[in-house]
Parts: sequence; structure tokens; C-alpha cells
Amino acid sequence: MSDCRPCTTDNWPELERGYRAMLPEDVLAFIDANRTREHSESMLIATLHMVQGHYGHLGPGHLEAVAQLMQVPLAKVTGVATFYHYFRLQPRGKYLINVCLGTACYVKGAEKIARKLTDELGIRFGETSKDGIFSLESTRCVGTCGLAPVVMIGDEVHGPLTPSQIPNLLEGYLARAAEDLVGESAAEDR
Amino acid sequence: MSFPVRDFYRSMADRVGRTLADRDLGNKILIQVGSATCEHAAGSQAVAEEFIRHIRASGRKDIVIHRTGCTGRCSREPIVGIQVSGQIPVKYERVNRDLVHRIFTEHIQGSAPVMKHVLDHNPNTKVLPEREFLFCEGSRCQRSEPNLRVRFMAMLEARGIEPHRVNVAAASCLGVCGLADGTPATFVLARPEKVLYRISSDEDLAALLDGHVIKGQVVERLKAQEEPIALEFLERYGDVAFFNRQSRIALRNAGVVDPESLDEFIGFDGFKALADVLTRRDPDWVISELTKARLRGRGGGGFLTGTKWGLARKQADTDRFIICNGDEGDPGAFMDRSMLESDPFNIVEGMIIGGFSIGAQRGFFYIRAEYPLAIKRIQHAIDTCRANGLLGQDIMGSGFDFDLEIRLGAGAFVCGEETALIRSIEGERGQPKVRPPYPTDRGLWGHPTVINNVETFANISAILRYSGDWYARLGTEKSGGTKVFALAGKVRHTGLVEVPMGTTLSRIVNDIGGGVSGGKQLKAIQTGGPAGGFIPASMQGMEVDFEPLQKAGSIMGSGGMIVLSEDDCMVDIAKFYMAFSQEESCGKCTPCREGTTRILEILERITQGKGELEDLDKLHRLSRLCQRTSLCGLGRAAPNPVLSSIKHFREEFLAHIVDKHCPAKKCVALIRYEINAEKCVGCTICARNCPVECITGARKEAHVIDQAACIKCGNCFDVCKFAAIDRV
Repeated sequence: MSDCRPCTTDNWPELERGYRAMLPEDVLAFIDANRTREHSESMLIATLHMVQGHYGHLGPGHLEAVAQLMQVPLAKVTGVATFYHYFRLQPRGKYLINVCLGTACYVKGAEKIARKLTDELGIRFGETSKDGIFSLESTRCVGTCGLAPVVMIGDEVHGPLTPSQIPNLLEGYLARAAEDLVGESAAEDR
Repeated sequence: MSFPVRDFYRSMADRVGRTLADRDLGNKILIQVGSATCEHAAGSQAVAEEFIRHIRASGRKDIVIHRTGCTGRCSREPIVGIQVSGQIPVKYERVNRDLVHRIFTEHIQGSAPVMKHVLDHNPNTKVLPEREFLFCEGSRCQRSEPNLRVRFMAMLEARGIEPHRVNVAAASCLGVCGLADGTPATFVLARPEKVLYRISSDEDLAALLDGHVIKGQVVERLKAQEEPIALEFLERYGDVAFFNRQSRIALRNAGVVDPESLDEFIGFDGFKALADVLTRRDPDWVISELTKARLRGRGGGGFLTGTKWGLARKQADTDRFIICNGDEGDPGAFMDRSMLESDPFNIVEGMIIGGFSIGAQRGFFYIRAEYPLAIKRIQHAIDTCRANGLLGQDIMGSGFDFDLEIRLGAGAFVCGEETALIRSIEGERGQPKVRPPYPTDRGLWGHPTVINNVETFANISAILRYSGDWYARLGTEKSGGTKVFALAGKVRHTGLVEVPMGTTLSRIVNDIGGGVSGGKQLKAIQTGGPAGGFIPASMQGMEVDFEPLQKAGSIMGSGGMIVLSEDDCMVDIAKFYMAFSQEESCGKCTPCREGTTRILEILERITQGKGELEDLDKLHRLSRLCQRTSLCGLGRAAPNPVLSSIKHFREEFLAHIVDKHCPAKKCVALIRYEINAEKCVGCTICARNCPVECITGARKEAHVIDQAACIKCGNCFDVCKFAAIDRV
């Protein structure tokens, strides 16, 4: 009888292990640290920001893991993730191109920039290029209206831009991506 | 009796004084480089690196790089300032790596400024003035006499002192008149000595000329007792018209202090107001000063801040919260970002004072995730304050406990609305609630909560240091103080402009902004973002304040100001704003969700040339319905751009509907491109650039556009070097 454990249908420890394996360490630590705090459920948006910061998007598995570990209904987690524009549910390319379509950029010709980008990349808004390097999205004002029209690539803001500068700009990022690739494979070789 | 707070502040200020003195910046050459999102985008980081490389290579120990936030002069960034003691600071515009080398070798090592690249440089001046006198000519206070400046210039000329040696300029408001006693006088700031004079007669002018200009000595008799709040800002930027026509209070430290240095902030009297508040231990005094100041909510609501704080303070529930609304979502507004990035400690100080006054224990910054640098700097400011006894337990030894944390937005415009913002902090979808109850009664987690805009908090410490009456006197009868506007669109100088309430639109756009870019005609000024409206060019003499703007069908909003020229189609811009509101509608209430969608559909029909006359009535009815029955401010204000554009530009709507013609030639469906056979030389550039290959013609012969295949992209129009393509 020594190997008999208390009979229970609750498989939580097993589930918890599975869910914990789906999230990175810093997110787990963050969730654990908040669990005992008052109004811990209010940290949901901050948690989702961290998960997206790590994976680049929020997959269905991530949402479920967050819901289970934070003990918040999955319906609410999904509701929040879909309500806010900042959260992406699809994987995205290495560089996210955000075309600013705010007023200042719009009156200064952001539409032409947007068209040039779709032409150059061969993708529409919300899509990712086949090589997985660029994703194209639009945003409502990045707050650098004095430089309009602007495009934000990753964390970097570029402006004022003309359509003819777009190919060069993209070239630069392609070169950077290629360099990273070389660096990564060199590291693997070592 | 002991005064723990006063002792705490004194020892802190002494320590800072010693550290700053140790650094002894006075005898060094200071290279000031801006660091903020917009400066970085313009390339300021590379510029700073290049300067560091040059300093290292030169081996000089007397040259120091000083990082500051941004001044808000966006269209000329990156801006670099060179300060040599005893000289007026020189600012350079649009600095790049090559220019760094020239500045370093010619100006710093050779002491000959690179004149061509000096900020807002007048090509006729060949040397920079040694001295400058800024005469305060504030239109509000009516104390000054404009002739004094003119007479002083005549006196200088009579003595044979050329204007390029001693420059005399008019400043719009030094902000000291409200401090002075009753006798009328003109205040004059002498640079680079940073001395403020009180001038009231020709004798005074003569003494100033003899003593200050000729002998080079400060005239003690005329020295004013007051100190302008933006003294340091004026000292560094006072010679640039874009800046000296402004009155900087909320932005006084932007472009002056290092945003990541608590010491520098304290060096410019930071946390002095907080020390005063905690020494007095009288929240009612704070509230009464704010009420006297007539400070109204700078997020656009225009509610009196003193009243709001008073309401929260009266609540029986003692669990209270204070929130700083940094969810700056209005496209075209970026003053909050700039203040958070350039002067974060000032906002933190405003929040601690707010927390003390309403009796809150916790405060939150709600900042857009799209502003990573602002988040970083505020977090740094909070951590530094906590480490220095300015946040947390027993602040400044006063026994007051208060702490701050940041909550991130996630890209929902509606979260700028206070009840939606509260939901978002609670971790919910940001959907608004019905008011009342107002947040001051039941807000965050059901407790009394005060929510103020970043700019409101930026003004708090200034008001408490210089008194509410002083602040009130700067503004109008109904609203005190200044307002920051984000000037953008078709204007020559884009950037942040802080002016007293009641300044005319024309002064902001033409005098400070330099008028419409490209020599075009001003058509309208859009204020207040997607919730605002259009002010036609004919009404540009209007004074900017909450009520007049509302009367004209627009709103103050958070202070976005987009200048529109004759090239902009009002129907198109109205459609743009409606598309924004429609997309950002949270979908909770039907009038907003459906109303914005249908209004957008009608506007799209009109811009496609399929509009009918009755559409105007339909737009009107729908807009009124949406305004009256929506749940929150987003839906209630969303139709404003449509209604105000119909009100002021009805004939433009009629042109689209009746004549199927777009007067600004913007609406793609209503224009076509034609090649003028007389001007076309057959260079083929248009044919080569046409994405659908609908342009035909032999080399050196006039080309023709196949109208049936043309997608009206306008490429040919843009690339033609002979202006042979007509847009009709």
C-alpha cells in the first residue's frame, strides 16, 4: 500500500507543470510574485505584454497558460487580448513595420508611403513577407508628428520619408537580417 | 520645534549643490544633445556618439556632453547646443555626422560658429551677437510699453553699436508680470548674463546702455527681484523667435535638464513645491491655490483641477487613488510624450502633491505601450525617487506614505476616457461605464479616484511655487495659465508650442509656426483631434480657450493642432477622422458603433462621387443622434469633425455631391490625370513609372494616358520634370 497516493480527480499539479513549461521564466516569476498581491487580476495586461515581448505574438497556448496560471477565465483573457490593438494573435516577421496613419502623417502623404511599402514587400497590411523578415501594419500616431510622414520599424522611427526612400530603407533592414543570420550560424558552428 | 521636511529638503539641495559644483560645468564647454523619441528618429544618438569620438580624439578635458530632453522643435531636429561660459549659447539645427566634425573643429576648437547651420539662421547675419536684450511685450498683462524697446534700439544706433553686436528682441511673455507689484514696468532679460531688469523710463534705458552695454557691468539699481520661471530655458533658447514667442511653464525644463538626473532637476528647484506642501501639511491650501489658478484639465475636459481634487478629498472612503493619464491617443498630439520623456521628475512631483492633497496612498501612471522611451524614463524617475526618500514610506520625513507604479496601455484609443482607463488598469477590456458615479466618487476598484492629464500634473509645482494668482493672471478670465499645442501638418515650423490661454490661432500658426509651408494658402486649422473640429482660415483671429473653440464647433482637446492648406480636401479629412473613430469605437453602445459606421459609409460615398443631396441631411441627423445618445465621450464627440466641416465648408461638400468635383483635387475617384501635349517632351519617365502601364507614346513625342486603365495613383504626376501632367 505504500505507493498509494490520496485518490483525487484533481490533476492540477500535472496541468500546472504543463502550463508552466509554455511560458518563459520571467513571466512565471512575475505571475507568482503578483499572486499574493491585492487585485492580482489587474496585472493581466502587463502579463500579456511580457508574453508578447518574449514570443512576438500571443498564441492560443499562451493565452490558456496565462489564464490557468493567473486563475482568470480564458474567456476574459481572450477578450482582453482581442480588444487591444497592441496584442497580436498571429506570429510576425523579424521586423514589424508600422506605418503611421495619424492625421499629421496622413496630410503629408502617408498613403503614398503605405502604397509603396505594399508594392515593395508584395504583402498587404496585417501580413508577413514570405521570408519572415517583415510584417506590415499601420498605427494611429507614434507621436513624432513633427517628422511626418513616419514609419516605425521595430523600435526605430524613420521620417520624414518619401516613397522613393522606401527601397533603400528596406534594403538596410534586409542587410541587417542577413548579418544576424550569418552571426547565428557562425555561433552554431562554434 | 523641528521641521523634518524642511531639513530633508535643505540637506538634499545642499548635497545636489555640491555635486553640481564639483562637476563645475561653468568653466567647461558644454555640448548639449537632445534625447527623446523624435530626436532619436532624427539621428541624435549618432550625433552624440560622433561628438564623444571627437572629444576623445582631441584629448580635451574641458568639453562635456550634456544630454537633455527635447525642446519641441521637431522639424529642425537633431538640435545641438554649444555653451561657452560668457557667451550666448549657439544652437545648430539638423545636425549630422559631417556637421559634427565642422562644429567641433570650427566652433569649439576654432571659436568660429558654423553660421549656415545655426538654428533659424538669418542668412544676412554673418556674426552672432555678443549680447541680447529680451523685452517682455506680453499682450496679456498690459504693463509694458512697446516703445521702450524701439527707443532702446535707437539709443544703441546713436551710439554706433551695431545690431549684430547687441541684439534687441521682443519676447511674448517672460511670465514675471504676475509677480510684480502695481507700478508698471517692462521686464528685460539680458543675455548671456541672465540678469532680469525692470525698466520704466528713458533714464533707465540710458543707465542700462551705459552700465550694462558699454561698461559691461550689471546695473544693480535696475535689477528685478523676481525670477522668471523659465529663466534657464530663455537663457538657452531666448534668441530663437520660435521659442521667445512662447511662455514656457509646463515645458520649462524640456531641453534644459537631463531627464535621467534627479540632481539636475533639484538644481532647478525641483521638489521645492513638494517640500513646501509637506511642511505646511495643509491639503486645503493646495486645493485653494489650484482653484485660484483656474487650472483646468489639460486632457480636454476643462474641468477645474482644484474642484476635482476637492471632491475626492471630501469622500468618506479614505482608500483613494490618483492616476496620471498618459494614454495620449489623439493622432497629431505628442505633448504628453514629450513631457514624460523630457521632464519626468516634474510629473512625478505633481503626482505626489496630488496624492497628498486628496489623501491617496497609491498612484498610477497609465502610459501607452507605443511610448517605450517615456515608460523607461518614468520608471527610472520613480525608482530614483524611491531610493532618495521622495516616494514610498515617510516621504521627506513627513510621515506621508505614497507610492507610484506604471500600468501600460495596449493600443486602445477609448482608454483615454477616464472610466475606460480605470477598467484597463483593473485588467479588463477598456470599455467605458455610465457616469455618474464619477471616478471622484467611485473609481478604481470602487474607491475615489482622481484622473488628470500629464500636462495638468506638469503645471502643479509651478503654480505652488509662484502662486495661483500669478498663474491665473497669465491666462484668460475663465482659464488660467498656458496650454501646450502640438503644431503639425502643413506648417513651416512643426513642434510643441506653449502659449498663454487666449492667444490667437493666427499668432500660433503664423507668428510661431511660420505660416503654411510651401507658400500655400491656409484653409483651416483642426484642433482637438478626432473629437475636435475645423476652424476656417477666416476665423484665425479667434482666441484659444475652451469656450470659444467649442462655440466654433471644435474643442480644445488635448491640444493637437493640424494646419490644413488649400491642397487638403475637407470631406477627405472628415472621412479620415470618422474612419479613426469608427475603428476605435469599443462597440459597447449602439449609437457609437453603428452611427460611426454609417456616417463613414456616407462620407465614402460622397468622396467616390456617388453622393446625393439628401446625404447632407442624413449626415446631420445621424451625427446629432450619435452625439446625444452615445455612452461616452468618444461617441459623443466623434461626429464633431463632420458637423464642423459641413458648417464651415458646405460648398466643398456640394461640389463633391452636385458637380462631382473635388476642389482640392484629393479624392481619387473625382480626378483624372491628363498629359499636356504641348509641354510633354516624350522623355518616357511617366511611362516607365506607371504601375499599370497605361501610358503610351514614342520617345520624344507627346504621351497619352489610357483613362480606362488608369488607377490614378499619381506616380506620373510626381515624376514628371516638365509639369506636363495635369490633375483635373
